[in-house]
Amino acid sequence: MSSEFVMDAPDPRNLLDHMAQDLTGAPLDRPEGPLKVSGRATYAHEYRLGNCAYGVLVRATIAKGTLTALGDEAVRGLPGILGVFSDDRFLRNPAQGTADKAPVQGAQTIAYLGQPVALVVADSFEQARHAAQSLALRYAPDADGVFDPESDAANIERPDAKQRDQGDFDRAFADAHATVDSTYTTPAQNSAAMEPHASVAAWDGDRLTLWGGYQMLKYNRNELADSLGIDAENVRILAPYVGGGFGSKLGISPEAVAAAIAAREIGRPVKVAMSRQQVFEATMRRSETRQRVRLAADAQGRLTGIAHEYRVSNLPDESFSEPVGQATHFLYGGENRRIVHEIARVNRTCAGSMRAPGEAVGMLALENAMDELAEQLGIDPIELRKRNLPERHPEQDIPYSSRMLAQCLDEGARRFGWDKRSTKPGTTRDGEWLIGMGVSSAARKNITSQAEARVTLTTDGDAVVETDMTDIGTGTYAVLGQIAGDMLGLPRDRVRVMLGDTDLPPGPGSGGSWGASSSGSAVLEACAVLRRQLADRLGLVADGLVLRDGDIILDNRRIPLRDAMGAGPLEAVGIFKPGKTSQDYAQAAYGAFFAEVGVSSITGEVRVRRMLGTFAAGRILNAKTARSQCIGGMTFGIGAALTEELVHDLRDGHIVNHDLAEYHLPVNLDVPQIEVHFLEERDDQACPLQSKGIGELGISGAGAAITNAIAHATGARIRTYPATLDKLLAVME
Amino acid sequence: MRPFDYRRPASAAEAAADGAETGTAFIAGGTNLLDLMKLEVMAPARLVDISRLDMGEIEQTEDGGLRIGALVPNSDLAADPRIRRDYAVLSRALLAGASGQLRNKATTGGNLLQRTRCYYFYDTAMPCNKRQPGSGCAAIGGFNRIHAVLGASDHCIATHPSDMAVAMRALDARIETLAPDGSSREIPIADFYRLPGQTPHLETMLTPGELIRAVRLPPPRGGRHVYRKVRDRASYAFALVSVAAMIRIEDGVIADAALAFGGLAPLPWRDTRIEAMLIGEAPARELFALASELLVDAAQGRGSNDFKIPLARRTLAAVLGEACELEIAA
Repeated sequence: MSSEFVMDAPDPRNLLDHMAQDLTGAPLDRPEGPLKVSGRATYAHEYRLGNCAYGVLVRATIAKGTLTALGDEAVRGLPGILGVFSDDRFLRNPAQGTADKAPVQGAQTIAYLGQPVALVVADSFEQARHAAQSLALRYAPDADGVFDPESDAANIERPDAKQRDQGDFDRAFADAHATVDSTYTTPAQNSAAMEPHASVAAWDGDRLTLWGGYQMLKYNRNELADSLGIDAENVRILAPYVGGGFGSKLGISPEAVAAAIAAREIGRPVKVAMSRQQVFEATMRRSETRQRVRLAADAQGRLTGIAHEYRVSNLPDESFSEPVGQATHFLYGGENRRIVHEIARVNRTCAGSMRAPGEAVGMLALENAMDELAEQLGIDPIELRKRNLPERHPEQDIPYSSRMLAQCLDEGARRFGWDKRSTKPGTTRDGEWLIGMGVSSAARKNITSQAEARVTLTTDGDAVVETDMTDIGTGTYAVLGQIAGDMLGLPRDRVRVMLGDTDLPPGPGSGGSWGASSSGSAVLEACAVLRRQLADRLGLVADGLVLRDGDIILDNRRIPLRDAMGAGPLEAVGIFKPGKTSQDYAQAAYGAFFAEVGVSSITGEVRVRRMLGTFAAGRILNAKTARSQCIGGMTFGIGAALTEELVHDLRDGHIVNHDLAEYHLPVNLDVPQIEVHFLEERDDQACPLQSKGIGELGISGAGAAITNAIAHATGARIRTYPATLDKLLAVME
Repeated sequence: MRPFDYRRPASAAEAAADGAETGTAFIAGGTNLLDLMKLEVMAPARLVDISRLDMGEIEQTEDGGLRIGALVPNSDLAADPRIRRDYAVLSRALLAGASGQLRNKATTGGNLLQRTRCYYFYDTAMPCNKRQPGSGCAAIGGFNRIHAVLGASDHCIATHPSDMAVAMRALDARIETLAPDGSSREIPIADFYRLPGQTPHLETMLTPGELIRAVRLPPPRGGRHVYRKVRDRASYAFALVSVAAMIRIEDGVIADAALAFGGLAPLPWRDTRIEAMLIGEAPARELFALASELLVDAAQGRGSNDFKIPLARRTLAAVLGEACELEIAA
């Protein structure tokens, strides 16, 4: 049977706190961890199908125009070549997250340099790659490409729904005791997941099976089917293991559709992996941003007005635009508020979601501006933030669900030794190094999404959890098993979790930090049904059922669960749906970041010396995987603050540094010891697990703590991200 | 990757003879060449694999120097006790480069010949005079943060990316080669590399088939050795500026100085005017400031790399201070 839980009201049942198994929250290892670290977890490109052919995508080498000929005359005679495909169904760029339908299609119309325009298929990968490099593509170029979002030629859109004007900001700004008016820029970035995008497509009659590295299978299936013009019923996608996504694998991407088209045509399975350069050029980037933040405050530092005006970019016809002001809407008070959201249409690689779209870049600017205000007023940056936490959502006038930001700031300060920070910037030295400390708030909007999961109690008294939810390195296998184990009183190794297959009940997918709460709530609901079914079978009341270690505890007796399964297995499908609480309460996860940096007074090089994060994100479902998420997010923060910048050549928009040698992710030596601490919290407005999203919280504001520390170390503020040494040299010279 | 022929000669002489044919490349560690071949930035018709030849020894020479076989891996060279004791600048430069895995594969000869990291050189859709003579230089007028401020030309502004070669330049290494006709010669490293001029595709003085057999280091020069590499992240990035320095002080004056620079020029850079200015003088901050000015007096920025000029100046001054054991102060 199936049961649906709609989050229309707070759920005070607090079910997990009343279970006897005590699995949820424990720092358990990932069950699939040994497979991954020993190379036995099979990723998309590693599936070995008989008679498989290899496809290599071909990039457009002009920025805008029309492909007039493939120039494949010389290529067709090369050994092993099975075909050169270029098709109206090819994807210009990946689908945006949750699109559920095909993105812009067609190989002929070129909108950016690097766009995939053809697929060469051969018996071997090497043959296909050489042929792909040998095509003499011919074009009719257009001269009206726009490559710079700041260019006068750029078409600028200001969608009404994304603007906010409340009170009279100009007046508040004019009348303020203290003001900040600063413009910050953040560069384009790439998720740079370790596993490049890859798909293997195989047809059986009209049925397509695709092994791919994807985050959101129920949407991906519809996107792939729509792209190919076939019925979604005939598409199955498998993604049991995904080597990182961070948003770059939310939507179906060009290699999948190309592989499917070619496989059908040649009657063989076709495998297509993107090269690292193609991942940079032809998947999703995070848009660059230009952000002007203005703060108006009274003498005590209380905000009277806040304005966040920004420009992001994307290709024409893309619905997504980086929601830079997302946290600005709810984080701090001030009754006069303005948010201006501009989108410049440019011929650059498609912009899409990358870990914490909105907060990841918006909070860099907002949290820097708050620091500038604190400095100006001589108020401690932590105190300033605490003075500006509104009672209710400052724009929607609704209550916050749970918000332990102030406690996170205080607890982090205590653990980090904030009291040892000198109040005067530029005064602490260690040899040639200028030392500074910085703080930033962490905040990430909490979102849930419809989720379905099936849980079966087998005749052995074991449990199987099934959903097409993915584990992109996040810990889904671990967490869902813990929830089911708790609810059914089973040790972790008696719960099998099956993920990443569209033949299983549709999960929410991994994205927006909603995966664990949403799919976990579906598992919880299914297990609650199973508990009732079990209780019925035993003639008991479900509420009084005590299950532990595979036994039913009844009075003073322990009955093995297996003994109750003689009448056959029990199966339930749990469905979780977001409801009214997502409108009735302002939901977000919170925290605080602390960083200590050294800046070389000779070269301007910056080194993060230590970093600490305190977080409150509702119930922590697995203390180990949650901690890993936060460490990963803070590492992204180091990259955003110091090293990562996707450089577009302004002459043609192409990505100049499209490999891991020149796109500088932080390496081990850039990442110091990172401390992570969680504060105990329950949020029964968020979901029945009382948990909130955590996958993106660790990045949301992290980089600002570092740049605030740089300002404290040097007395100079770098507002152009990343804070590379040339920018520090310029202020030190 | 273009299909290619593959040969594995039995001797260095055979390798040099094989190498003389047009379109041939030697391959040893392959840490750079294979990447370039996959991208078809380089597309040799024939690879001559020298990795199994007997050129992996480090030997004492009669004059008290060292002869480093061309196939000695970077890791082994950096760890060799004689190198660490007498040529510390070389060991430090090697360890500042690449990653442990790459250093295990990369060889001494190959490191000298690694190609530039210019973004446009690596992208076959872009014009590049080094990759395709006469096609133009996309780095000029483009994004040129990592490019040269010294020794470049209007045809090419790419830098040489090696750390090892910078130390070798300061050490006055000599490159021992074997030509296809069986003759061998020693090329001082000062004469080994070419400036780009109008022919940026020609990077060294090696003739077709000429095989690097060894690198010879002169007898130890003593002094204090420093290698400082400034880069965009703490590890695993190419130098924006690097300085190799050997300074010996006697009786309160600089008795010997050798300085070479990475990240600034199309080749490991050396400017003997600086050394001449330093030798015979007492170490002093003012002197180092003058020396640093001299380094960049002819430097030309191209936009995104303008910062390298002050960076080079400041780094050299700091390195001289460190080498002279002065206290560092802002």
